[in-house]
Amino acid sequence: MGRFFISLERVFKTGFINFFRNLSLSIAATAVMVVTLTIVLFAIIANATFNNTISQINDKIDISVYLKDSVTEQQRKEIINTLDSLNNVKSVEYISKDQALEQYRADNKDNLDLLLAISQTDNPLPATIKVKPVDPGRIDEIKSVLEADKVKALQSDETSYSGDRKEAIDKITKATAFFRKAVFVGVITFAVISMLIIFNTIQMAIFNRRDELTIMRLLGASTWYIKGPFIVETMFYGVVAAVSSLVICNSLFVVQSQAFDASSLGLLDMDFANKYFADNFWVFLGMQLISGMLIGALSALIATKRYLKFHQTKQRKLKLK
Amino acid sequence: MILLDRVSKTYGKRTGSALERITMHIEPKEFVIVVGPSGAGKSTLLKLLTREEKPSSGKIVVGGIDYEHLKDRHIPQLRRRIGVVFQDFKLLPNKTVFENVAFALEVVGVGNREIKHTVPKVLAIVGLKGKEKNYPRELSGGERQRVAIARAIVRQPKILIADEPTGNLDPKHAWDVIRVLEKINKYGTTVLLTTHNQDIVNQLKRRVITIRDGRVVSDKASGTYDL
Repeated sequence: MGRFFISLERVFKTGFINFFRNLSLSIAATAVMVVTLTIVLFAIIANATFNNTISQINDKIDISVYLKDSVTEQQRKEIINTLDSLNNVKSVEYISKDQALEQYRADNKDNLDLLLAISQTDNPLPATIKVKPVDPGRIDEIKSVLEADKVKALQSDETSYSGDRKEAIDKITKATAFFRKAVFVGVITFAVISMLIIFNTIQMAIFNRRDELTIMRLLGASTWYIKGPFIVETMFYGVVAAVSSLVICNSLFVVQSQAFDASSLGLLDMDFANKYFADNFWVFLGMQLISGMLIGALSALIATKRYLKFHQTKQRKLKLK
Repeated sequence: MILLDRVSKTYGKRTGSALERITMHIEPKEFVIVVGPSGAGKSTLLKLLTREEKPSSGKIVVGGIDYEHLKDRHIPQLRRRIGVVFQDFKLLPNKTVFENVAFALEVVGVGNREIKHTVPKVLAIVGLKGKEKNYPRELSGGERQRVAIARAIVRQPKILIADEPTGNLDPKHAWDVIRVLEKINKYGTTVLLTTHNQDIVNQLKRRVITIRDGRVVSDKASGTYDL
């Protein structure tokens, strides 16, 4: 056990020394990882912010179905039940003629003319079924139920789909979907690039130290004793990159938040993004650290596996002159 | 201590075999010299012993370890039991004499206190007391080779393999190195030496195994260099 800890200490020490020994290479590899991790972090925050914006708007969306006075209770229940059984329906609310009138009166209690006008006739307001969809972007199913001839015949007016709002929602939904795809491609691309660069860095480090590695091999150093420092070094890239990316995000969100006027960014609610970032700071830090170290360790493992073989026949590249 | 039974090694189909049905048995504490012209297969033989190469066929047993059942991940354990000295020294140029020798102990997890205690003793055995802080480039060829020997024996291996350790040295320094090897052998280490140096072979009067074209052509108890 004593030897194990002595070796572990030496592996860590060598790894850190190597990080600083090839400083320019280390900085290059770390920089690419910072870009990757920052993109991931921005993507997560932007995604959460979009979702928040969408759900806020979604909550205001409903579909109003106006029923003719002649609709029987039986027919009404049938429509409500049908709508209720759809997957994309969050809630169905029935507002009777009387309730509608009451609501109208409450809404217009300061407008005596309107109140007078409405009290002079029979209740002109139709009974209404209010449907809240789960996803306002996919209301085709609901639409097809409502536009079936049998149901349509019972409606006094055209169904209201919250008019203009739906188009806005469609746009946001489409933009979000596109954004998610773009981010996914971006994240994968940068992750691969950063792995390639780290891979290259380690390969160069191995090449620079090939004499030392050959000698270590011949002296009977264990595989992990040889590989360990490279893995420590690349994981250290990950740690530095994770912290840097959070510092970058932090300075953008916290220090520069005044510069981003919420309205100028339209969809992005900076207040929410700020709060989301602050609330989840530690989660993000942990996530970035883990992904940074994983990317690093994985690249180092592949690079060392390829170039640190046991037998000289497979190891010509590392052979001494 | 070292047993080879009908060991053959072929590199490629075209080049023919580097070693053909080599059989030899080396007892513990023996001092054996392997001679032969360049390309006879001496280096291949030593590389088989340190498992830098695998034999194409045949059986190798060193210090009770049967190489047939030796897994790659156990190669480090094997190499820790065998000290190896190379013709080109294979010292690390950016480490001092002390650090080069200490390196052999560091890679196997020996503590710093023990390293500080052991390394000077070994450097004294090879006659390099006072050179601890020098870098290899500041030493003569013979001194460098003695550093390499110190590194090979610092872990007290039962077997020391020296692959043409005098190949790059002038006669005086060559003899310095050979004297050190004899001293180590006297302490109880099996020494396997390959050399081209006729003078050394003839004066040592030790067991000489001659290899030519990949075959053992003679094996004499107190042999001379005759090719």
